[in-house]
Amino acid sequence: MSLSPSNPSPFNPFSLFTRNAVSAVMFKVMAALVPGILVHAWLFGPGIWVSLFVCSFLAILFESLMLLMRGRPLKPFLTDGSALLTAWLLALSLPTLAPWWLYAVGMFFAIVIAKHLYGGLGQNLFNPAMVGYAVLIVSFPALMTQWPGPLSIADIHVTLAEAFDLVLAGQSSVSLDALTSATALDTWKTQIRLGIAPETLWAMPAFGWIGARGQEMVAGAFLLGGLFLLANRLMTWHIPLAFLGAIALTATVLNLIDPSQHAGALFHLFSGAAMLGAFFIATDPVTAASTPRGKLIYAGLAGMLTVLIRAFGGYPDGVAFAILLMNSAAPFLDTYTQPRVFGQSADKKAQDKKGAS
Amino acid sequence: MSRALYSFNGGIHPENSHKAESCGTPIRTMPLLPRYVVPLRQHIGAPALPLVQVGDQVLKGQMIGSAEGYVSTAVHAPTSGRVSAIEGCAIPHPSGLFDEAIIIESDGEDRSIEFTPLDWQNLDPSALRNRIREMGLAGLGGAVFPSYIKLNPGAPVKVGAGVGASGAGKPGAGHSRIHTLILNGAECEPWITCDDRLMRERAAGIMQGARIMAHMLGATTVLAAVEDNKPEAIAALRDAAAVFTDTATEAPVENIEVVAIPTLYPGGGGKQLIYTLTGKEVPSGGLSTDIGVQVFNVGTAYSLYRAIVLGEPLFSRVVTITGHVAQPGNFEARIGTPIHDLIAAAGGALPGCSGEIIGGPMMGFDLMDLAAPVTKAVNCVILKSPALFAPKPQPMPCIRCGACALACPVNLQPFEMYWFSRAKDFGKVQSYNLFDCIECGCCTYVCPSHIPLVDFYRFSKSEIWEREREKQASDHARQRHEFKTFRQEREKQEKAEKFAKAAEANKAKANTAGADDPEAARKKAILDAALARAQQAKADMAKEGITPKNTDHLPPAVTKEIAEIEARRGQETPDQTTMDIVQDATPAISQNPSPTAPKTDA
Repeated sequence: MSLSPSNPSPFNPFSLFTRNAVSAVMFKVMAALVPGILVHAWLFGPGIWVSLFVCSFLAILFESLMLLMRGRPLKPFLTDGSALLTAWLLALSLPTLAPWWLYAVGMFFAIVIAKHLYGGLGQNLFNPAMVGYAVLIVSFPALMTQWPGPLSIADIHVTLAEAFDLVLAGQSSVSLDALTSATALDTWKTQIRLGIAPETLWAMPAFGWIGARGQEMVAGAFLLGGLFLLANRLMTWHIPLAFLGAIALTATVLNLIDPSQHAGALFHLFSGAAMLGAFFIATDPVTAASTPRGKLIYAGLAGMLTVLIRAFGGYPDGVAFAILLMNSAAPFLDTYTQPRVFGQSADKKAQDKKGAS
Repeated sequence: MSRALYSFNGGIHPENSHKAESCGTPIRTMPLLPRYVVPLRQHIGAPALPLVQVGDQVLKGQMIGSAEGYVSTAVHAPTSGRVSAIEGCAIPHPSGLFDEAIIIESDGEDRSIEFTPLDWQNLDPSALRNRIREMGLAGLGGAVFPSYIKLNPGAPVKVGAGVGASGAGKPGAGHSRIHTLILNGAECEPWITCDDRLMRERAAGIMQGARIMAHMLGATTVLAAVEDNKPEAIAALRDAAAVFTDTATEAPVENIEVVAIPTLYPGGGGKQLIYTLTGKEVPSGGLSTDIGVQVFNVGTAYSLYRAIVLGEPLFSRVVTITGHVAQPGNFEARIGTPIHDLIAAAGGALPGCSGEIIGGPMMGFDLMDLAAPVTKAVNCVILKSPALFAPKPQPMPCIRCGACALACPVNLQPFEMYWFSRAKDFGKVQSYNLFDCIECGCCTYVCPSHIPLVDFYRFSKSEIWEREREKQASDHARQRHEFKTFRQEREKQEKAEKFAKAAEANKAKANTAGADDPEAARKKAILDAALARAQQAKADMAKEGITPKNTDHLPPAVTKEIAEIEARRGQETPDQTTMDIVQDATPAISQNPSPTAPKTDA
């Protein structure tokens, strides 16, 4: 690479990183989630506001309790934004209009078990939001598949007050069953096994243009938010690109092998939590691999696992389990993918090893 | 004038380089002070040896401390006057510890020794280097490595990674020829402008110095690198280089290229600068001379010019004083100028000053004592205020965001080194290449958790050095012990051998003596005969069943004595005798004599 001296580049790669406190990073990531949330609220109704509110409240509650129990100062750790971000990510991964205790159990496992019992901010091995999600989908699979459908195909629309009633009191003038339907991923999984042709499925209301109806728009908004983060250098390109690339590649290969069983790349990219995972969950620096090559392997394998779990596993979506599995491999990947240090020859490591043995 | 430049990983652009405060005004000369404090240790390596005593009169430029050892250089009197003391004084060092210094009370006349220029083009290289050593030249960019060593094309020298002069290499050992000389005028740290002003005002001198350096090193390429935020300095250097090329017909250096490099901290770091200009990396743990490059600060080149062409030893340098001070700017300050006098010359600190930094904000340190003097290493004094240097926020836990790794110019993984430094797992820290860290501070600067990362690396480095020293000490002790036991064993063996040899010699002597001495032969015959008789007698007695007693062949007197003893013994009771024997043999039993005492035969 060469730089022309006559053209001094005033671009600062750390324009936002510089002097960025942890809290600033967290809040920028949350800001990048806002378009997705707005689209969600627009297409799926006010339920998302309720789950965001309940999860945020519980996050601050659990975080405060744990900080007090651990004898840590409240102010710097509550204002770092990490607990709130976890709450938002979990809320966006869970069905809206679910009973409040579902969110409570999820947040308890996310904040108390996955985060603080591992040592708090920066120490957790697994992504807290995904731990919460995994616990819920294993424990309450029925509730976790009751997703309110998009407003465009729903018979009833709930108001914000009704949504609060549904979540907090468990009852409302409307019944939850009337609102929810199976997601596209779920439908695909159950119907394909029954021998239904993909073309028939695509005609069903749960399916949209390229992915799940409604969800594909939300995914698009998350993609935009992720690009905003990339443009601001709040993350490097490695993880999102490798994650989405691996999803697309694996889905395409499966689709080519058996189109009657496996959906194509676009369906996998624009349904479920693929976009949210690529830009907001797999990129959690605490639990992800941190070297450039390590990130590529980590996210690549996570993307591949996501599609494999969706195609062959017992759960409709595979993002959470794929990321949790790769979280456990991240320290190992880091150890073996250390970048070459300035001034060291590429075979220095090999020489060192030879010298040591 | 376009040269392909290379960009290293990371680096930072501080939001405000704060150069404007001090770079606008010309270099001012400090007024003569009544008192100067000249530390003897102003450079890496051994401190200079004082050459003067308390009460001595000295002249400006007189050598008052001579270089001691290989990695060392001389120090000189900054003015004429009297040596009032040689004692421990505050020095500009992060520890705040005192160090030996020569204190000179100025006589106000500022008389100097006679400065004699050198005919450097015709002088023997070794003599020239010795002269430079006596002139006290050391790198003025901050590392203060003695210049004469670096100007030896045949002597690669390793700075013993902070352990002082122990790593001094042997001259001539495995070096590659130096082909490129780089003048470092990058001055990448914020606030500092002393090199900028020097280049603007004294470019001709710098170029002269560069010419001498190139001559001494035999370098064919000379590059002067300046960050592109100093256009005036670049222009001045280019002008000086052009003039110089015209006049110097016989000069070995035909062309000094002035290169504008991108403004990016730490672009002025030696290894980073070499990479930017040449695309070559100084090997890890190696020296720039390993790839045929030598780097000097522009200030060093200028002082070399002063030393060789004007004959003046290094007794002053340009220092930036900036920050929360009335008249920020640059001063030509004599070595030994107390920093409070420097601050006074710049109009004094503004109210609300919250401390001083020596060096730049990225790699500098807090000054402990304002009485500490300007040394060859002091390029900048920054007066702090809470507005300019806000107190660092509370550090938060590391979230492994990797901002530090992106900023690291050496491509390290700083957060991993931090992680293991905190755990005091120093082996692991080293395996993450701690010793490739140049402590530039980029990681600390970008850390969103405000962790003082470099402090952790310095801590780990010093711990590892300390353990290394302890290990060496214990190894040394063990070796000494092992050698001692080995020596004792050897001495024992030698003694035994000596005895054996002596015995052998005696025997041989006896044998050989018998062969040619009739007297000895006769004695031997008698001995042999006696021996034969004794053996015969023994055999006879054995035949008869008599065990020989050791009292058999005794002189009559002894035989008689034995008989008397036997007689006396016969009169005593057997019990009493037993008791006596027991008493003699075992005093413990005799304490409590009992009738059941074991009976030995009477």
